[in-house]
Order: sequence, then structure tokens, then C-alpha cells
Amino acid sequence: MSICKPLSRRDLAARIARDIPEGWYVNLGIGIPTLIADAIPAGREVILHSENGILGFGPAPAPEAVDPWLINAGKQHVTLNAGGSFFHHADSFAMIRGGHLDLCVLGAFEVAANGDLANWATSAEDSAPAVGGAMDLAVGTPRVWVATEHTTREGAPKLVERCTYPLTAPGVVTRIYTNLAVIDVRHGRFVVTEMIPGLSREALQAQTGVELQFEVPEYA
Amino acid sequence: MGKSHAEEGTGTMINKEVRDIADALSGIGDGAVVMVGGFGSVGQPDALIEGLIEQGARDLTIIANNAGAGRVGLARLMEAGRVRKIICSFPRSAGSVVFEELFRAGKLELEIVPQGTLAERIRAAGAGIPGFYTATTVGTLLAQGKETRTFDGRTYVLEHALHADVALVEAWRTDRMGNCTYRESGRNFNAVMAMAARMTVVQSCGMVAVGALDPEMIVTPGIFVDRIVVVPEAAKVAAGAEGGA
Repeated sequence: MSICKPLSRRDLAARIARDIPEGWYVNLGIGIPTLIADAIPAGREVILHSENGILGFGPAPAPEAVDPWLINAGKQHVTLNAGGSFFHHADSFAMIRGGHLDLCVLGAFEVAANGDLANWATSAEDSAPAVGGAMDLAVGTPRVWVATEHTTREGAPKLVERCTYPLTAPGVVTRIYTNLAVIDVRHGRFVVTEMIPGLSREALQAQTGVELQFEVPEYA
Repeated sequence: MGKSHAEEGTGTMINKEVRDIADALSGIGDGAVVMVGGFGSVGQPDALIEGLIEQGARDLTIIANNAGAGRVGLARLMEAGRVRKIICSFPRSAGSVVFEELFRAGKLELEIVPQGTLAERIRAAGAGIPGFYTATTVGTLLAQGKETRTFDGRTYVLEHALHADVALVEAWRTDRMGNCTYRESGRNFNAVMAMAARMTVVQSCGMVAVGALDPEMIVTPGIFVDRIVVVPEAAKVAAGAEGGA
């Protein structure tokens, strides 16, 4: 076994933030993606979109500066950057469905090699799942990145051949950032482009439910 | 002839402000379909929801993004057994205990709608559009049984407009003509719901004189509004905001 330290949730968020170019309009889902808002490198203008009608929100406020009227889609208090704007829900989803965002970063229960995403219901019998805006984001945004732990808490792979949970949308995921690796979804295959130091290809493959391709140098 | 404009207006001026919550909600009957604005607790017309509990209408269908949290507001309305069905995008959240209990006991019907489709179905109702096609839900459980159609090689599902008898909305500033502004992320579903119901009731954080609202800033023009009741923000905060959601 190699000695390697999986990324913390905060480090994973910071890793993703590094890859978001200046000028992109980005929606962040609940969970690890939300942490990206606090990790955008200083001085880089990335415009964050929130389903509940905000463009250009900023990091969490100091406790004494909380504005009760200003929350993100995860119902956490946020701030508004200069140049930010407010709009109603139908316009907010016109931005999403109409393909105006550059990127959304979502959490996942499972991602399949064909780009299928499952992140809203844990079984077909779950009759009261909370879908929120996930399906609209998944079909409307040209780039769908997933931010997730590489496996479940029990160690089961989340990157799989075919999703077993109900789909959020078929064939939409373009890239996956896990606590172990960065993986592109290309033509029905997972292609590893980055791994954490000290992790072997075999160790990563062993925690993945489908065959990986590698475009990274092997670390010892 | 010879009357000034001011005299002509005397006694016939439009005034949508009502005396109290009871007046604002009078006439809502059993079986009504009620839209409730807000996203979590922000922009949610708490006083009108509490008033609806007092008002007593039963067998309601509620259209809202969330299914309430804790045991106040929407959750209390459901707990009081007044809600037959809820149409929402995100029923489960931290603190949605009442929803969980009633739903598990089979006492509450649920229709899950993706958030963007929910907003657009409401918008369509207000705009007189009976249905529209969207790619959202294609290839998922939520598209089952829905009509599909292909445009330029891509599949879309047909979604129908979502009408209501009553919309309960929270606005920031209003005038007696019904013009509304909203505050920050409190606009959310309020502005679309205000257009989609047979009767729109606004809980306003403050009434100002006609002409005091900058016309460029009015989001909901008075044509969409039927009744307004003023509930100052201080009273709203004192009533206790929902947690979690």
C-alpha cells in the first residue's frame, strides 16, 4: 500500500477552484461544490450563480455581518460582490436551461463512464427524493464537473460502469474531481489526468468500478 | 366637466391594502390550490402562512419550493392536517420533520418537480402559455409517462402550466396600487407566483406612497396584485425565522 493522503473536502474544493478560468459563470451544487465559493483565488473574477436568483455572490460573511435576505441555494448566508445582480426564479433557470452558464459543479452518488450522473435519489423506491435544481443544471450547462469522494463511506466505488441509482441526467458529466484524482469523461471512458502524490495506478483502479485509462506519469 | 383630477379620484382610488391578515385571506376555500413564495425562509410570507392556519381552509394543494422546516409556517399548516398535496422541488432538508412524518404515514400526496421546471410551469401559467418542452428530466424517472418530442435531434418532455387559486407572496416595498419591489434573494419564486394565481396576496414589509417607487425598480407591476397586507420586517423577524431548510 502506498502512503498517500487523500485531499480534504476543502483542499478538493481549492483544487477545483484553480481550474475555473477568469470570466466563467459557474453554479455550485450542495456539498463539496459549495466550498469552492470560498476557494476562488484572490483577484480572479469568476461569477457565481445561485438558483435562487443571484449572480456574483461572494464568500460567507463574518457572523456579525450576516444579511438575512442573502442566501445561496444551500440556504447558507453569502455576500454579494460588486457587479452582482438579483433576478427571479424563472430568469435564474432561463440562465441554466438556456445554456448561458459555462460550468456547474455538482456532487454525485454515482457517475458512469458514459457520463451518466446519479445525484438525487438513492433508490427507485425513494418516493420523496429532493431533486432541486440538479436536473436542470445537468442538462442545461455545457460543462458538468463532479466533485466527490472517490468511494462511499463504506468504500464502494462511486465511479462505475453503469449507475444503479436513478439518473439525474444521462451522458452529461465531462470531468470528475475526487479526493484521489482528476478524471476526464471522454467517449464513454474515464481518463485519469492527475493523481495525488504517492497513489499507485493499481490502488486507484482498485477503488474504481470500471477500467481507467491513464494520462499521468506514475508516482513511485 | 370642470372637476379637477384630484376630485375625480376622490373615493374611487385604487387601494389594494387590506386591514389585516384575516381580510387578506378571506374567501380562500377548501380544496384551494395555494402558491407560497420564498426559498427556504427567505422571501417566504410567514404571516400569511400562519394566517392561513387560523383561516381554516382545508384540503389544500400547496405549491412551494420546499416543504417547510421545524414546526412553524408551512410545516405547521401541514401538521394541522390542512394540506392534501404538496408540489415542490426539494421536500427533504434539515428539519423537514413534519413532511417526513406525514409523507411516511401516507397522509400527504407529493409531486416532485425539478426546480427550473417548477419555476417555468408557474411562469407559463402567468403568461397564458399552456405548456412547453424542456430537456430537463429526459432519460430519468421523472419523465415517465410524459409526452416527448424531438427538436433538432434532441428529445424534450412536455410540461404543463401550473395555475393556482391563490398566490401568497412576500414583497419588500409596495404602494396601494400593488406595485412591488423585492429584497435581494427574497425575489426568488415570489415574482413568478404573483403572476400565476387567480388572486395574489402580498405580505409587504412596507407601504410607500404612490410615485415613491422608482418605476425602473418595480419588479411586479400592480396589475398582478389583488390584496396587500403590511407586516413590518421587525415583526417578521420577531416571529422567528425557520432554521435549516
